[in-house]
Amino acid sequence: MDVITQWLDWLPSLGPGLLVSLQLTGLSLLFGFPLGLLFAVMASAKLLPLQWVSFFFVEIGRGLPALVLLYLMYFSLPDAGITLTSFTTAVIALSWNTGAYASEYFRAGLAAVPLGQKEAALTSGLRGWTGFRMIILPQALRISTPPLAGLAVLIFQGSALAFVIAVPELMSKAFEIGSITFEYLSVYVLTAVIYGSLTLVFLGLVRVLEMRLGRHLQRN
Amino acid sequence: MITQLLSSIAQGVGLTLYVTAASLVIGGLIGLVLVGAARSPVAIIRGIATLYINIVRVIPPITWLFLIYFGLPQFALKLTTIQAAIIGFSIIASAFMAEIYRSGLLSIPDGQREAAHALGLSAVTTVGHIITPQAFRVALPAIATYGIGLLKDSALASTIGVREITYYAQQSAKQTHEGLLSFVVAGVLYIAISLVVALIARRVDLTLRRKIGVA
Repeated sequence: MDVITQWLDWLPSLGPGLLVSLQLTGLSLLFGFPLGLLFAVMASAKLLPLQWVSFFFVEIGRGLPALVLLYLMYFSLPDAGITLTSFTTAVIALSWNTGAYASEYFRAGLAAVPLGQKEAALTSGLRGWTGFRMIILPQALRISTPPLAGLAVLIFQGSALAFVIAVPELMSKAFEIGSITFEYLSVYVLTAVIYGSLTLVFLGLVRVLEMRLGRHLQRN
Repeated sequence: MITQLLSSIAQGVGLTLYVTAASLVIGGLIGLVLVGAARSPVAIIRGIATLYINIVRVIPPITWLFLIYFGLPQFALKLTTIQAAIIGFSIIASAFMAEIYRSGLLSIPDGQREAAHALGLSAVTTVGHIITPQAFRVALPAIATYGIGLLKDSALASTIGVREITYYAQQSAKQTHEGLLSFVVAGVLYIAISLVVALIARRVDLTLRRKIGVA
């Protein structure tokens, strides 16, 4: 019972940390997913330089450890005369990371839409952007939504990395409590429980989403 | 400047590889036990294995590392940073490797097992000579991909003070004020190692395929 009262004492100070973690995740997804879609579209663009730009950003975003990406931003932006808060830096780095991974899922989704759909859109007079937005994209999104939702869960876990550049998120708060009370084991177990249970909830939501999206495929 | 940075950051390559490889091997072995347990006829063992895999996967790697490195010494279990990192990543790898093995096993048709049984092979021989070689071939690309993922995750070990690539990059960034360059060098090293691992895995995969006679 000792542990329980201890945990209850700590929850008020961990709460704001969790909020920052969730904000960080939310913002990274908000910027990262459109970025990923952009990279995916650029990868199949007719203009070669666009393909190169997409390749460059995607391969760096996926090839580097998220931690290195984070440090890269954190240590290099101030040298370039750009001073941002550590939170903003973390959002940029995680968005890049998200965008790079998401672009692969978007690409797979776009590739899965049959060519006939595009041709049909063309013959119906829906050219270019209109056809893409109204015919191709909705079908592609339905295919790439489940893996994207899975990615969102991973990004939530990845948000813990922002700890290293002193963003006051859940991990930092736990570390703070740990270094004051020396109850490292207890506080990290609590942190693990918080991360774990939230991840489980998110995974459950992903499952529900997958079932709803696949509903039209289940005949009788 | 770049050569200087490169030579100081490259000192970390050894430990990066060591932590990654050790965790992959230990995690891979525990994963074998786990996948065996997950298919056990005893419901409780099955339940424990599944629970373990799920618990490990839903907790962020950095939380695992801190839990082990800062938490365990409370039980007078003093660990060096490298030990803590290897234990942490082995635990994480074991769960993911178990999942990879599972999908490899699922890809083997039941007919193989039945055929082995019909030929009078014992359960051990069946698993050792019929199922595992085939499952391994299926699982190899996934193992290589996970190995590369683990390589990138191993950067986290720098947060508890393991002197690997990211650690040295951070040191150089602080000392030389060449933040961008230091981490670009670190990034290039990671990508180079990933490429080498991917190439080796492809070679092994091709050799295995040729041996069996597909493609």
